[in-house]
Amino acid sequence: MAIEGIFTAIIEFCQGLLAGTPSWLQTLGLGVLYLVGVLAFVFLNVLYLIYLERKLSAYVQERIGPNRFGPHGLLQSIADAVKILGKEDITPRGADKWVYIIAPIVIFIPATMLYAVIPFGKDLIAADLNIGVFYFLAVASTTTIAILMGGWSSNNKYSLLGAMRAVAQIISYEIPLAFSIVGVVMLAGSLQTSQIVAAQEGTWNIVLQPLAFIIFFIAANAEINRGPFDLVEGEQEIVAGPYVDYTAMRFGMFYLSEYANLLSMSALAVTLFLGGWHGPWLPSWLWFFIKLYIMIYIFMWVRWTFPRIRIDHLMGFNWKVLLPLSLANILVTGVGIKIYQLITIGRW
Amino acid sequence: MLSTNALAFWVLAAITIAAALAVVLSKNIVHSALFLILAFVGTAGIYILLHAEFLAAVQVMVYAGAVAVLIVFAVMLTRRGDIRASNLYNSSYLGAGIVALGLFIATSLMLGRMNWTAGGGSMAANNVEAIADAILGRFVIPFEVAAILLLVAIVGAIIVARGVKEDR
Repeated sequence: MAIEGIFTAIIEFCQGLLAGTPSWLQTLGLGVLYLVGVLAFVFLNVLYLIYLERKLSAYVQERIGPNRFGPHGLLQSIADAVKILGKEDITPRGADKWVYIIAPIVIFIPATMLYAVIPFGKDLIAADLNIGVFYFLAVASTTTIAILMGGWSSNNKYSLLGAMRAVAQIISYEIPLAFSIVGVVMLAGSLQTSQIVAAQEGTWNIVLQPLAFIIFFIAANAEINRGPFDLVEGEQEIVAGPYVDYTAMRFGMFYLSEYANLLSMSALAVTLFLGGWHGPWLPSWLWFFIKLYIMIYIFMWVRWTFPRIRIDHLMGFNWKVLLPLSLANILVTGVGIKIYQLITIGRW
Repeated sequence: MLSTNALAFWVLAAITIAAALAVVLSKNIVHSALFLILAFVGTAGIYILLHAEFLAAVQVMVYAGAVAVLIVFAVMLTRRGDIRASNLYNSSYLGAGIVALGLFIATSLMLGRMNWTAGGGSMAANNVEAIADAILGRFVIPFEVAAILLLVAIVGAIIVARGVKEDR
């Protein structure tokens, strides 16, 4: 199908333009191409994720949501983006100036880097690393530092409280998140995202690893600070946590990276559990996109349905429920793989 | 003309050393910790140049990620009112000089004695498997011992953190 290879054709065309130049230039050119592609994907999606979230929350709460600007309020996000760009950039007097200024930039680095290992479609992956999933987890873990930088440097009690919560919450939930992925990695026999997708050609991992999927989903919700685990922000308790003092585009960067993380976490869920880009008839990248938005829809649905839980319950739930369950899942998966091998090839 | 790899190495090495110096020279303990992240990330970059991607990811996840916890402790345990003067120098130049010189001599002796062999050919494309085989095969006993040690440390930390339970 012609439409199937539309993006790979663009990449090949650009490779053709660079043919004959030194190899470092080719690598650099392709890198820039991937970066532009990822940034365009992230920005365009995030703009409409914000709209989608506002609309969905409105429907959950029996409101109408933004409906003034453009048909059904479709241009609302653009108006908001223009508004946020025009606002005054304030640095509080007591703030640690440099840390305060670079924190919103730092948070965007891991948010963008995560997309390198996501297979958006057939042969559509920026960097097919052999440690793919592990790379994702390692890069995602550095998001904490940017939140902490922002929270600490604002020199504000609420910001610091939010930053402390971020560290406690994100580092704790990283463990069940990583352990829930282990089962998938065991089934695929590889950390490479393309291999994991290839292993799901027949059966999706959500069928083989339902418990891991649920653990992954809960832990991912906590990792990206979304409700019911949005204690880092907790508007009613600590105003907006680490972002209280930020204004204008610096706040916009935090906001943007939050949605970029939602997008990448959903993309990882699709890659690991929902068969990646596999699907009949439609082109592979369209399948990926459809599944991605189903995942995002579930994330938003959960956010606007459940009330925020208390911080001690959050930690207790992680260490006493999610962690033992994810360990048990690894054990069951290991035993299951061995039994399957015993039945199919007759030896361990 | 330097090769791309050599250029990348020198850039990463310069960043790592500059960041490491900044860790020591910065007077603000939180800034020191943040520069430490940069030093760790630079080291991870050098691992990637050596085709040790797994190690690089571990470096970022375990070391750079854990600095966040370090900052939390720095913020919570710093007793000084002014955070800008929380990581001060002292003037024990003689003791520091002797220790540094001793360490330098020991390291250079070890480096000089080491029989450096150029790695013949390229690394295996998938060195994750090699690491898994080594850790869970040949070196499984040291691996398990390290795991038990960590477990004991965690249990100890929990007991210390909980404190003595008073009679009900």
